[in-house]
Amino acid sequence: SLDGKYKVQRHGLFVLCTSGDSVKVYSTRTEEWLHSLQGHTNQVTGIALNPANHLQVYSCSADGTVKLWDFIDGILIKTFIIGYPLFAIYVSEKHEGIVFLHIGFQLVAVHLPKSAEQEVEAKELSAVSRHISPNPSCTAFGREGQYIAFARNLQLNVYFFRKQKTYSFSLKATDKKGAKNAFTCIACHPTDDCIATGHEDGKIRLWRNFIHKKEYTYSTQHWHHNAVNTLCFTPEGTNLLSGGIESVLVQWQYGTGNRKEFLPRLGGSILHVSTSSDGQLFCTSHSDNKITVIESSFKVCGVIQGLVKDAVLTDLMIDPRSKALVLNGKPGHLQFYSLLRDKHLYNLDIVQQEYIYEAGLDQFEVVKAAFDIKGYWLATVEERGQKSSDLEFFLKLWSYDERTQSFVLNTTITAAHTDRIISMCFSSSEETTMLVTIAEDGQFKAWCQGVDADTQQDQNFWSCDFVGSYHNLKPTNCSFSADSSLLAVSFQEVITIWSPDTWELLTTLCQPPGVIRDLCFGRLSCSKYLISTTTRNLLCCWNLLTCAFLMDSFSGLYTVFVFKPNEPRPLFTHKNVCSEKIHRAVFVPREEPLNNCDESSQWLNRSQLYFLTQNMLVIDDSVAVTPFYLLLGKHRQQQQKLNTPSHQAADRPQQPQGSVTITELLHTPAHVLPPASVLCSMFVSSLLISNTGEMESSEQEMNSEKEEEDSEGEMEACDSQQELRVQGSVDEVTPKLSKAQERELKRVRKTDFSWMAGLIASKP
Amino acid sequence: MASFKPTKVQFLPKLGEKVTEDTLYWKNYKSPVQIKEFGAVTKIDFSPLAPHNYAVTASTRIHVYGLHSQEPIRSFTRFRDTAYGGSFRGDGKLLVAGSEEGLIRLFDISGRVALRQFTGHSKAVHVTSFLSDGFRVVSGSDDLTFRVWDVPSAVELSSITEHTDYIRALAPSKLNPDLFVTGSYDHTVKVFDMRSGSSVMTMQHGHPVECVLLYPSEALLVSTGGRYVKIWDLLKGGQELVSLKNHHKTVTCACLSSVGNKLLTGSLDRHVKVYNSSYKVVHNFDCDASILSMAVAPDDEVVAVGMTNGVLSVRHRKHKKDKETLTSRRRRGPSYRVFVKGKNFVPRQDDFLVSKPVKQYLRKYDKQLKSFEVSKALDTALQTWTRTSKPEVTVAVIIELNRRGTLKNALAGRNEESLTKILNFLLKHIFDPRFSRPLLTVGDIVLDLYRQVLHQSPVVERQLQRLMEVLGREAELQQELLQVLGILDTLFASLTPRKEVAALAALPVDQGPQLQAA
Repeated sequence: SLDGKYKVQRHGLFVLCTSGDSVKVYSTRTEEWLHSLQGHTNQVTGIALNPANHLQVYSCSADGTVKLWDFIDGILIKTFIIGYPLFAIYVSEKHEGIVFLHIGFQLVAVHLPKSAEQEVEAKELSAVSRHISPNPSCTAFGREGQYIAFARNLQLNVYFFRKQKTYSFSLKATDKKGAKNAFTCIACHPTDDCIATGHEDGKIRLWRNFIHKKEYTYSTQHWHHNAVNTLCFTPEGTNLLSGGIESVLVQWQYGTGNRKEFLPRLGGSILHVSTSSDGQLFCTSHSDNKITVIESSFKVCGVIQGLVKDAVLTDLMIDPRSKALVLNGKPGHLQFYSLLRDKHLYNLDIVQQEYIYEAGLDQFEVVKAAFDIKGYWLATVEERGQKSSDLEFFLKLWSYDERTQSFVLNTTITAAHTDRIISMCFSSSEETTMLVTIAEDGQFKAWCQGVDADTQQDQNFWSCDFVGSYHNLKPTNCSFSADSSLLAVSFQEVITIWSPDTWELLTTLCQPPGVIRDLCFGRLSCSKYLISTTTRNLLCCWNLLTCAFLMDSFSGLYTVFVFKPNEPRPLFTHKNVCSEKIHRAVFVPREEPLNNCDESSQWLNRSQLYFLTQNMLVIDDSVAVTPFYLLLGKHRQQQQKLNTPSHQAADRPQQPQGSVTITELLHTPAHVLPPASVLCSMFVSSLLISNTGEMESSEQEMNSEKEEEDSEGEMEACDSQQELRVQGSVDEVTPKLSKAQERELKRVRKTDFSWMAGLIASKP
Repeated sequence: MASFKPTKVQFLPKLGEKVTEDTLYWKNYKSPVQIKEFGAVTKIDFSPLAPHNYAVTASTRIHVYGLHSQEPIRSFTRFRDTAYGGSFRGDGKLLVAGSEEGLIRLFDISGRVALRQFTGHSKAVHVTSFLSDGFRVVSGSDDLTFRVWDVPSAVELSSITEHTDYIRALAPSKLNPDLFVTGSYDHTVKVFDMRSGSSVMTMQHGHPVECVLLYPSEALLVSTGGRYVKIWDLLKGGQELVSLKNHHKTVTCACLSSVGNKLLTGSLDRHVKVYNSSYKVVHNFDCDASILSMAVAPDDEVVAVGMTNGVLSVRHRKHKKDKETLTSRRRRGPSYRVFVKGKNFVPRQDDFLVSKPVKQYLRKYDKQLKSFEVSKALDTALQTWTRTSKPEVTVAVIIELNRRGTLKNALAGRNEESLTKILNFLLKHIFDPRFSRPLLTVGDIVLDLYRQVLHQSPVVERQLQRLMEVLGREAELQQELLQVLGILDTLFASLTPRKEVAALAALPVDQGPQLQAA
């Protein structure tokens, strides 16, 4: 993610921006990601160019260190340990060797010690102000570093270094017209004694003559209709740039009153503006994870787009054609993001309406999307009026155009249902394309292409083929079987099985108590299984040939379970995948299958599992760290990926071994634990003389693994026919094992201890 | 920087009839000319010769009209009682007609007095016709006989009694002078050959036959009677080809169009239906009264329909010429040449190309929306031309304003004149299912905004009164429709046979042991 600050550097050759626990360097010419500066162990909160050397940059982080980098080569020069979480950094030419840091609510000047060592502890701290705004853009250095201005709520403070005095100027909370006067950002003129402040109601005030406390003046300019997010003077001070939620970059000519220029429709709301040192390039960062590079003639010359993950309403999907991850992009768009190349491919405009940047406005949003199996059709649902009573929604069908390599709108259905569409799915066979939508009005509808044969126009349009309902119950989910011969629609606690050819209700399956949340058919050799989850933490599996029933109940927070459909025990359990609530998950096919022979990780051979949590995308996968993975700034401590039992054992010594592990073992429900044979293998190996005979290949068909995260109940069917895989753990602290130990471990792993399982299971 | 996205106008397809070439062809008639006759119009016949005058038999008269005249150019009034079945000879010079008293009269088209009178029928003669040689007349009567008369000598050549009820339909063959088809109220259609002197084919229609008609190839025969129209294949010995049941009252007449031989049928249910070659109804003319007779002029120039209330309704075909005179009046825009000027120029190899940015052309309301001038945009969308001919554009702008949350601002601060405009638009379109949702919002907002000042303007007040009335009526209608739907649902539910769904109860077998194993 491209959050945080960024600077345009050295005649505008580079853009630096913070991204999680690293700083990324982009080229302004090619918009290419050059490299990232890695080394911080927590969120990077601020960056500032070293005023003494324009090839160096300071970065501060919440881990309590300030680091100095050579950003062209990506080399860490020095680390200054402060010891407190840092929230922002400010530097000035006049104050060489001193950086101003934002610690807690204080603004602190830190003298950086000169020393040859790599890591230095900086101890000389002196507070400049005790109360400053947590917003880092509310603090700025004045002309030639003579003073520093910082604002908090309704008060503007100016600290003069020479006089060592703070002057403060305050505004009333509201004036006669009810304007909100709170400060939101500050910029100081580079050559003049003038401070520009932005306010919550969209006003910009230019303060002058503040050197004399009583005789200060200010002039007001107003264009923004909402809070001004950022202000920036050009290096010569001829222009002032401002931006806000409207996504319009405004250029005010300094000293000529109200003359201004606009650059509208840049993307998401503008969070930061900065200029290059020669004033030739401007750069804006937007809320939709985007950086726009703008020439001084007010023309956009480059866009650096990251993965937009503001409000993901759609499921995570994989475009079958490009294997790109598809989810909500900028407002009203779907974004296609290539995970392999870690690059934003393109945005598909679904809503096709002018987006109005205004806070609190009810806009059309894409809430559902689905691909057919070949990636030729895309169905989307856009909705408006979630809050108010009159809901508007459109169902749109898009076909893939080979020529333009993009999706083209084919059919818009205005009133597909009388109430909100809950879910939809395409038939999964390759011959027929059929879409089934289910809605809160209790109906499910099947849509086909060109059913209406009477019209002599193009046959390509979609129309309704069948409307079905079941006792006026509200449907909850739907799924097609692998060959599209069966359609399963769940109505509250009942699953109905329909034949899409004749639209006959074949059978109903009654569920144990609990409303069904998800529904999924198996693939390939497991296609006889129908799997469902309920709100009562039950995973149910039906064998459709015999209508027999298998069930399992389990619980656990942020835990991944992997099942084989014909076994009630989880094949693989992984706890605490990440610290936040998991919203969605998706299996992403690999380019080339791995071959790992470990049973518990076979299911990852063909694909990787990605999670979307509140803030980031996580890969549940112990394979090498992809750039994407770094880009999204996964927390290290969450990487306790214990893929194979051998590594599990190897990792253990680092943790307090005894009691914690044992209590964890004892407190976990027995049926969610991995097989005892696996857990005990290390223990047993020391006692037994292993049989080195040929291990019977565990390559039994292992199809359609089920993955289930309990918190959200997302279920995705995985590719089947997994092969075996060997792969090391990605942990930063890779266990250092000697060659001999490794060989020993390998041998142990190949040993078949399944006979032990029976022994252990028979125990009470 | 993305460019401004113009307002999307939703073009919703109109429900109902599908537009086909046939529909377009049959729609292309002017609104009908109504001519009042003295009684029910029982027969219309077009002259086969060039001016294509047509004879209309109604009450005791036969009028001959020119194609475009509304006054009869000739009338034959020498009937003492009701005249029936006036039809032309193949050369259009003679006209024959039967009458209620049983007399058959033969007229010269230019004369006034009957040339010949054939006496012999004891009861009313409803159908008369020339055989295709032009020298013989065949007539069918309520005395169950039909007779063949010789025109030069005015004598009866033969009289055949085979039908057992009134004879009301007759169609002579155009290819063979000795063949003709008769239809009778005894439910049969018979084909007669004068050479054998008796019927050669009999078909059971199943209802009293009102009309028979031969296709020009004379391989197919159409008979109408009751609610049915039946097509018979004569080459297969009178096998029934299709039976059509598209009318809900007796089908009284049928005729063929001369372009493509499309079948038209008219019925007492006041509809004329046009069938395509696979006998599907492609078009429908509505009339004011039950239809008794119908005829189509050669080249489908005119469709004339006679009705029980004595009104003759004549539809003329529209021609391109009429359209051209309309369009030539309009101001001509710049020619195509102006727009392609320089566009197809191919640059030479070493030319330096300076590309010009493509200018985005926006509609006026889009330009105003772009600069957030919401009231002006609504005014533009409500201009007379847009409002009347493209209401969907007006509604699209209203939807767009609503989406932007500025509809209230756009509607506020209007004077009586512009408010009347908006209310008129509401009155006209609020029931259109395509537009009703946004327009109801507009109505709500208008009421909210102007509640205080409404009583100051009688005009606006009256309009609101009307709006209230029509909305009330619409609500009642919707309620009734829902009731009907409910009735239908119960009917359907009782009709569909109950099917046993094999609801297999889930048997949680094997569950216990497995969990234990875990």
